[in-house]
Amino acid sequence: MFTILGISSQALFGQLLIGLINGAFYAMLSLGLALIFGLLNIINFTHGAQYMMGAFAAWLMLSYAGVGYWWALLLAPIVVGITGIVIERLFLRQLYKLDHLYGLLLTFGMALMLEGVFRQLYGVSGLPYQIPQELTGAYNLWFMFLPKYRAWVVAISLLVCIAVWLLIEKTKLGSYLRAATENPSLARAFGINVPLMITLTYGFGVALAAFAGVLAAPIYQVSPIMGSNLIIIVFAVVVIGGMGSILGSIITGFALGLVEGLTKVFYPEASSTVIFIIMAIVLLIKPAGLFGRRA
Amino acid sequence: MRFMLKLLAGVAATAFAAATPVSAQQMSDGVVKIGVLNDQSGLYADLAGPGSVWAARKAVADFNPKFKVEVVAADHQNKPDVGASIARQWFDVDKVDMIVDLPTSSVALAVNQIGKEKNKVVMVSTGATADLTGKACTPNTVHWTYDTWALANGTGKAIVQTGGKNWFFITADYAFGHALERDTEAVVNANGGKVLGKVRTPFPGTTDFSSFLLQAQASKAQIIGLANAGGDTINSIKQAAEFGIVKGGQNLAGLLVFLTDIHALGLQTAQGLIMTEAWYWDTTDSTRAFAKEFAAAHKGNHPTMGQAGVYSAVTHYLRAVDALKSDADGAKVVAKMKELPSDDKLFGKGQVRADGRHIHPMYLFEVKKPSESKGPWDYYKVRATIPANEAFRPLKDGDCPLVKN
Repeated sequence: MFTILGISSQALFGQLLIGLINGAFYAMLSLGLALIFGLLNIINFTHGAQYMMGAFAAWLMLSYAGVGYWWALLLAPIVVGITGIVIERLFLRQLYKLDHLYGLLLTFGMALMLEGVFRQLYGVSGLPYQIPQELTGAYNLWFMFLPKYRAWVVAISLLVCIAVWLLIEKTKLGSYLRAATENPSLARAFGINVPLMITLTYGFGVALAAFAGVLAAPIYQVSPIMGSNLIIIVFAVVVIGGMGSILGSIITGFALGLVEGLTKVFYPEASSTVIFIIMAIVLLIKPAGLFGRRA
Repeated sequence: MRFMLKLLAGVAATAFAAATPVSAQQMSDGVVKIGVLNDQSGLYADLAGPGSVWAARKAVADFNPKFKVEVVAADHQNKPDVGASIARQWFDVDKVDMIVDLPTSSVALAVNQIGKEKNKVVMVSTGATADLTGKACTPNTVHWTYDTWALANGTGKAIVQTGGKNWFFITADYAFGHALERDTEAVVNANGGKVLGKVRTPFPGTTDFSSFLLQAQASKAQIIGLANAGGDTINSIKQAAEFGIVKGGQNLAGLLVFLTDIHALGLQTAQGLIMTEAWYWDTTDSTRAFAKEFAAAHKGNHPTMGQAGVYSAVTHYLRAVDALKSDADGAKVVAKMKELPSDDKLFGKGQVRADGRHIHPMYLFEVKKPSESKGPWDYYKVRATIPANEAFRPLKDGDCPLVKN
């Protein structure tokens, strides 16, 4: 046992672990955003709403169809991903040749509408979603009491993040994707179906958000405003990591979770601001973000 | 969207006008205009929000005034600057005579000053800070339903007296949280308890309280006082269960808990929680009838004390305006409200004190076990009734300038 600035090592480790858990959500959400921005050049402001829809999909499946957590973890991202594909086909497709701003406005507007609809239907207090039976209880680590569910969240999100990164960097499909990002017309000349890749990428990015939503459902209330609470921070994470950088968004997500966790110990009042302070500093020193390729 | 909602709410609300304008010429611009200003879409929307607008309209309809009354509504988004600019617009341009509800103490304090400046009436129902009848009191403001002192006095005293001596506070970092923490700390100290630590959480925007709960756990305090409200309280209680705080022997004290919070948590998680409230729907035949009608208009949701307080406050305001036959001078209307005893079907008999505090009994409730509840919204049982003369801060202790004179 030792102490740092009056905080015992025990408390500090606990806080770092909590930071990592929140970081897991940041990482998964910013990963989806980075994927979408990389290929579609769309700043997907609907991401928070899609995360919320994932949580609601899990709740609706449980309440009306008796579908439990594990199936929801698989099905909710598929269902929400399909709604994403519909959105891409109907709306986003029209905007690729226009300025970024149009995509931003469209997705922002859709986020507000989706949230409005859920708010109208379910109110803002949120709906309870129980932790699955297998993951109730906790591990008694020497420095803290760690709920099994939180441990699961960190483990599965790390796994998903690494899997996505490997998929993009190490597989043939990933190389197509990178080629389509780098030079769409050349990729098309080589016979790659770029429009299909774009549609599927958007669907996949949205599914990642929904997956995070299902993971979040037992921790927070399932509430229409759960996404808007998170989305601004996640955007800051993406900007700090470098727009469109996959690895950057994963590392930055976890790292900023840690930084935020530490702030909550030493100066809790600033914990909602610290990420934006870091963003401002990073933008001043490295305008392309920590892992961004282009200046 | 929020702006749109605000517009829509305002437009929809202006559609309401009641009764025949017999003595309309005595009212400023021919109509008594009541503005319901609260959170219509954020974390306090369920405990006040559109339900408060409904309650205000219901009060007008039940009062059946001989003059013309109009109810308008807007969303202050829990931001003092937004609330203040709506209040100014309402008073200056839209000729609103009285603003009611005002959850979020920082907004309530801002509008409190504007009401005085413009000589209008401000009636706070869901806003909590006891400063409204303390150092910030004005001749234009009435504080209706509850305040931080009353909450602290009810819950804090009951817990310290039954052995919960050591406290740790998780406090929402704005005017309300600070006032609630301050008032509860005073009660804890006065009853021989001790505060071991506190942590201030950013408002709004904090959803993960686990870090703060761990700090509370590390403090080894017996009682973790939640000086927050609405969605913040819900998340704190839920996550405390997740981290085994209560199983570990520490207890939570929800210092401001609304019926809708309990509904959102479910009895399984919320059972046994002790809290102080001014009003509960399942008390008398007329409160039950009110709740039934309210529920029919709100997808089965039952009214909170804040929404009932809006009904009660609007009723008393109309009575004062009716007695004066004028709504023009805000301070005069408030003086009339202080002179007349209050009486309505939800809060019963009460009185508005010189400092603007409306006094009535408060209740210490305990949340039922799932097995004790007979159905949806049957959540509370009464542990104690705190009589009106003990429920609120004594007049002399408030430092209200109106009282010294």
